[in-house]
Amino acid sequence: MKRLFILVVLMFAPLVLFRGSMAYYLSLMTMTGISAIVAISLNLLLGYTGQISLCHAAFFGLGAYAAAIASVNFSLNPWIGLALSGVLPAGVALLVGLPTVRLKEHYLAMATLGIGVIVYAVLRANPFGATGGPGGIFAIPSLGFMGLTIDNDISRHVLVTAVLIAVYILCESLIRSRFGSLMQAVHASPRAVSSLGIDLEAAKLKVFVLSAALAGLAGGLYCFCSPLSYINPDDVASVMLSVKFIVMVVIGGSMSLLGGVIGALVVTWLPEFLRTLSAWVPLANPNDFEAVIYGVVLIATLIYAPQGLIRPGGARAQG
Amino acid sequence: MSALLQYLLTGIGIGTLYALIAAGFCLTYNTSGIINFAQGEFVMMGGMLAVWLHQFQGLPLAISMVLAIGLTALAGMAVERLAIRPARGSGFTTLIIITIGVSFILKALVGVVTKDEFQLPALPGPTAISIMGATITVQTLWILGLGAAIVLALGLFLKYTLLGTTLRAMAEDRQAIRNLGVESQALPILAFALSAAIGAAAGVLITPLTQMSWLKGTELGLKGFCAAVLGGMGSLPGAVLGGLVIGIAETCGSAVLSGYKEVIAFALVLVILYTRPQGLLGGRL
Repeated sequence: MKRLFILVVLMFAPLVLFRGSMAYYLSLMTMTGISAIVAISLNLLLGYTGQISLCHAAFFGLGAYAAAIASVNFSLNPWIGLALSGVLPAGVALLVGLPTVRLKEHYLAMATLGIGVIVYAVLRANPFGATGGPGGIFAIPSLGFMGLTIDNDISRHVLVTAVLIAVYILCESLIRSRFGSLMQAVHASPRAVSSLGIDLEAAKLKVFVLSAALAGLAGGLYCFCSPLSYINPDDVASVMLSVKFIVMVVIGGSMSLLGGVIGALVVTWLPEFLRTLSAWVPLANPNDFEAVIYGVVLIATLIYAPQGLIRPGGARAQG
Repeated sequence: MSALLQYLLTGIGIGTLYALIAAGFCLTYNTSGIINFAQGEFVMMGGMLAVWLHQFQGLPLAISMVLAIGLTALAGMAVERLAIRPARGSGFTTLIIITIGVSFILKALVGVVTKDEFQLPALPGPTAISIMGATITVQTLWILGLGAAIVLALGLFLKYTLLGTTLRAMAEDRQAIRNLGVESQALPILAFALSAAIGAAAGVLITPLTQMSWLKGTELGLKGFCAAVLGGMGSLPGAVLGGLVIGIAETCGSAVLSGYKEVIAFALVLVILYTRPQGLLGGRL
């Protein structure tokens, strides 16, 4: 409950802090919320169940494209598009997950990387003229709610925050459930789980599919809530984005849902911070150093605070 | 017929480079059990450093290439010392993510210096040789010859020298080596230096064929990774076979299914992982 409160405060802090250029910071915070949903979903898989996924951007992208294709190419109600954005990635995850969850360690990393690369390449290749190739899909309509159109920064932010809170509560209760204990047991001692006669692969597959569905839902939200109203493969499905999602989970804390939110916050706001910093430190282009800093922060976190910024128990990590 | 032969020859040329990159993967995997996602960046660094030395410092081509390989080997040592060793004993996922972080840093450091694309001049010899209607460039012949020599030398080194045997033993049982009184701090550094050098060799050999830039490493590294998994992670002959299969499949496949070139290598890998996860020639070196 305390953590939920922190989450809500975080999501609305920019409203108070940056009144000067609120629109910009609010939309940045909306993007943070969307990333946080993916980070939470990935945390179920990576942090709690101990299964690496280098294809979460693929699920995110499939969700975004499902929503965009339904609402633009087929002119369906955007809400149907948003629903499909969860369903399609879950279906794909179920299909590819059956053989994938059997793999371990670097074989799993390689297979999920392969899925990620293939989805990205297929979206770029414009199959059946559906995805618009590298340019993507434009003029995506807005969602509507009880006569209101969700087409401005505040309404989009409220929608994303509402979904984020719902996803947070859902995942928190999942972790506290019996199945949540099973997930953590799959991570800690897979052999013990098998020896109890529990189907290890079925458990992994369930988490994989659920995680893909939530990542896809976040993709659908991105599709309707990005201020530019368009999506392209590089923005929603690149392998680099999958890595960013992993960075969020690892920096924030891989055994804490709030950690994923904090990680999303750090990763999304780091470029802003660097830009501010470059006003004082005359470096070349601050964007050039973004990736260097990412790398250094990532490695330093893993070496010096392997559990991330937020500890599982709730206490802040020291140092 | 000659068109098919042409695809085959081009595929073998590019496949040899993938095989070299895969051999670098095998080396770090076999000696420290690490999947080094930064391997592709060593390839890129090799190419870029050779360009810098040859075109901007005016050194002769051959010396630039050797120096570039040496400098990249130093970078490999630094990576082991600064990023991998402090995290020793961490889980598999942690180490993978650390190497991904390393690849960010290496790539971005080169990107800070230049974002342009460069090409090296081809190695000396007649421009092209015609075989049964298909042409093979001299650069491809150099790649075949030098690639085969490097892989062979690596294989012999690991199999027949004391140092090579020790490196392989380290992967099997680090504690046992320590009990035998071998100072094992230096061995992982050596493995990373060698693996970076092999990657850089692939980089200097590919740069006359295609444009090299700061972004190219990831793609090349992934292809090498595909080759390593396809052949059987940790198997040197497997890496060679995997590299050739992917090189040929990619050149032939992209002729049939243009636009899906990037998919071919990974589709092959998924098929192998799902049916025969130990790879075509699974096992150790």
